[in-house]
Amino acid sequence: MSKPDNTVKDALALGPENWADGEDPLARRRGGRIGAPVSRLDGPLKVRGKAPFAAEFPVEGMAYAALVFSTIAKGRIATLDTAAAEAAPGVVLVMTYRNAPRMRPMQQFDSSEKAGGADTLPIMQDEHVYWNGQPIALVLAETQEQADHAASLVRVTYEPGHAVTSFAEAKANGTDTGDFHGPLHLEIGDAEEALRAAAVSVDVTYRTPPHNHNAIEPHATTLAWHGDELVVHDATQLVTHTAWTLAHIFGVDESQVHVTSPFVGGGFGGKLVAQHQVLGAAAARLAGRPVRIALPREGVYRLIGGRARTEQRVAIGASEEGRFTALIHTGTSATTRHSAWPEPFMLAAHSHYAAETFLLDLQTAYVDMVANGSMRAPGGAVGVYALECTVDEVAAKLGMDPVELRIRNEPATGPTDGRPFSSRHVVEAWRTGAERFGWAGRNPAPGAVRDGEWLVGMGCAAASHPYVRMPGGAARITLTDKGLARVEVAAHDMGMGTETAQTQVAAERLGLEPGQVSFRYGDSALPGLVPAAGSQQSASIGAAVVAAQHALVAELLKLVSDDSPLAGLEADEIGAVNGGLAKLDEPERYESYASILAGAGRDEVSVEASGPPPLEMMNWSMHSFGAMFCEVRVNAVTGETRVSRFLGSIDCGRVLNPKTAGSQLRGGIVMGLGLALMEETQFDERRGRILNASLAEYHVPVHLDVPEIDLIWTDLPDPHAPAGARGIGELGITGAGAAVANAIFNATGKRVRDLPLTPDKLL
Amino acid sequence: MADSADAIRINGTAVEPPGDPRVSLLDLLRERLELHGAKKGCDQGACGACTVLADGERIVSCLALAVQYTGREVVTIEGLTGEDGPHPLQRAFVEHDGFQCGYCTPGQICSAVGMAAELERGVPSYVTDDLAAERIAPGRDEVRERMSGNLCRCGAHNGIVAAITETYGTEAR
Repeated sequence: MSKPDNTVKDALALGPENWADGEDPLARRRGGRIGAPVSRLDGPLKVRGKAPFAAEFPVEGMAYAALVFSTIAKGRIATLDTAAAEAAPGVVLVMTYRNAPRMRPMQQFDSSEKAGGADTLPIMQDEHVYWNGQPIALVLAETQEQADHAASLVRVTYEPGHAVTSFAEAKANGTDTGDFHGPLHLEIGDAEEALRAAAVSVDVTYRTPPHNHNAIEPHATTLAWHGDELVVHDATQLVTHTAWTLAHIFGVDESQVHVTSPFVGGGFGGKLVAQHQVLGAAAARLAGRPVRIALPREGVYRLIGGRARTEQRVAIGASEEGRFTALIHTGTSATTRHSAWPEPFMLAAHSHYAAETFLLDLQTAYVDMVANGSMRAPGGAVGVYALECTVDEVAAKLGMDPVELRIRNEPATGPTDGRPFSSRHVVEAWRTGAERFGWAGRNPAPGAVRDGEWLVGMGCAAASHPYVRMPGGAARITLTDKGLARVEVAAHDMGMGTETAQTQVAAERLGLEPGQVSFRYGDSALPGLVPAAGSQQSASIGAAVVAAQHALVAELLKLVSDDSPLAGLEADEIGAVNGGLAKLDEPERYESYASILAGAGRDEVSVEASGPPPLEMMNWSMHSFGAMFCEVRVNAVTGETRVSRFLGSIDCGRVLNPKTAGSQLRGGIVMGLGLALMEETQFDERRGRILNASLAEYHVPVHLDVPEIDLIWTDLPDPHAPAGARGIGELGITGAGAAVANAIFNATGKRVRDLPLTPDKLL
Repeated sequence: MADSADAIRINGTAVEPPGDPRVSLLDLLRERLELHGAKKGCDQGACGACTVLADGERIVSCLALAVQYTGREVVTIEGLTGEDGPHPLQRAFVEHDGFQCGYCTPGQICSAVGMAAELERGVPSYVTDDLAAERIAPGRDEVRERMSGNLCRCGAHNGIVAAITETYGTEAR
């Protein structure tokens, strides 16, 4: 044991055991590792092309899979001729409903604790076709070229049934109230009456098309059965759910499926369990061979549903002074019978503004298509777009500055639930953002600023995303006699910087240097249910590590010798500092971890604990916020829009690592630019087929579309969030699209309510 | 296989062309040589993730049949890392956080190396002011225009452009 030689820091008390009211002492601590712009720990591996992705795990004796996709949206397979495919060179197996093993359907993600499926359909079990693009045959061959060729030889005819592929027909068939952790319906007061009585009102309909995630890494799985044990190298954002789901489908124990996913080439909500992992595992079982199934880009569009189409009514009534008297956000989103996943666009209206009355409702209409699902900021991306454009319309009608209108309607508590805010600094974000962006220089008159053939405009919009911490977070901390810590969580790093930021946080919490902490993730054998979803990983991991640290300290206190300076102390008297523990108010009573372990003759101490239930979400209204500012130049001749400047003024609690956090926020904003200007999955309403199933025809923002994106943040810790940090993964895409659209209105005077805002609509 | 004209030289090593003429250069690298640095994002030349250098020119290796590259010199991301450590551009990508998931990254880096050579040769783009210039400066707009064939879905565009402009010159446009 030794007295700490570096006493710049006080010992850090343990985090709260209950986050409902507890505050994290780490949240307000400054000057440590948290907030340092550390470069990604996996960066050197990635820039050398040495980070192994799912389709890059070598497995001895592996066969390659190719899929055949249905070309009708509903009906039956009438004839299926696989003879030519079976006879093609290199073919190992052709699997169809006739020879596929019996399998249970998937359970849909969010429907039970560990379910991770995208739909609930039978998987290649019978002749029925449920969507245009459904896999109807799988070919296994020695090489990918052979598999692809043989797949082209499968001959199939269909007896088509009546498919509902038009949104109008789907709506006419009747809708259901959407369910997203509860029915998507809320009424407070009589909003329709308040709207009618309002001094100023806007009542408009916004339409948004389907979107696809388009992670640059296509979905891929390399897997092998060893008896009843299945080893899966997958591109997934939920390793534990994937293991459980595959075990459930194949009737083996969860512990017999081992899923690793150390690197994922982007997820954005799209990398859950879909039919390809299941079919790959089925084919591997049938053929007795390891299998790699790497979807071609077209296959990603056919198998992986994205964000559903929406039609949203937003109506706002306001007083002469601009105070909202009515806020109505209702409408319909498309979904399928086999996923029933609403695109919950009206969620943000619960928390953005104070209003005297509310009417919020979402109806789902059923279309025969690939199961739609979660895509970055479900509901928020397209819902905040419609809401924030409508607020801009109200500002224009009132002749009021859009920033001032928003500030005027800033609520004192959660507007629809009355909960106190855990931490909300929206007004500060607006003020500092407006100052930095030069908002005061905006000409409020639409179409008034021209630079040659370019019309120039500025717009703004609020962004928000709820704080989420899902139940099930758990962590293992292993401390070695060298004083090193290994933190293990079955979490994910798809590029968010999880490993890097969590190493920083864990080091600070345990009183270690980052080089003394390793963070392991991306493996279903590790503890916890921590899906990379809902922008919740930092909170989930954070609370789990706090719980594990409590267990660790309790264990260490059992190990200290009677003459240790720590002898006789209780956990709540102790904090972590300088590679050991010290009494909080008597820091000279200190012993290093290495000394404690050596004294007890232990090589290592390992503890595992689960984070407590996320009660903070019940007690507080918790959201991340942003004030987004955009300048566009719209060509008066061609109608093309160039985003020339963008600023995000962010209030997301503590920023753990400004380098990686900045990238994540910018990434969301870039996707918001795409949402506003170019992104659309073109769904053929006659055939139910996606027409632009290609990165050449689904346009995502490219380098020339992306300006320098400026970011500032309040960096004010949220006392009820682990390390003071709320989520940021999805925040950026909310608000960004509306800021672009509102800038286009300011530039041109045109209010287009149908995304994307392509040149043809602006001419 | 020795240095015959029938070999493809990949990162300095002679490689026998595949027997199956359908095999793309990308699939030769990834599936037969276990060089997984070049990535498959679309397999149709739309995303740039598979970009490698062939005799110093950037190409999308998914649209290149391997057998057409006999007698040519191919450099992949693995070949850019020298004996003495990473290429300066690789270091700059880490420093500027020019990626998140890392999947498009090898293609972005190889593409930028090829692009820098184009600028050196004075090959103009539509944002170039002086079409007759012998050498074109890698300003932000030049880089953004010329890198637009390399998609990034994580939205690391700012970091990528910063890394490239820092490595190849800092003249702003």
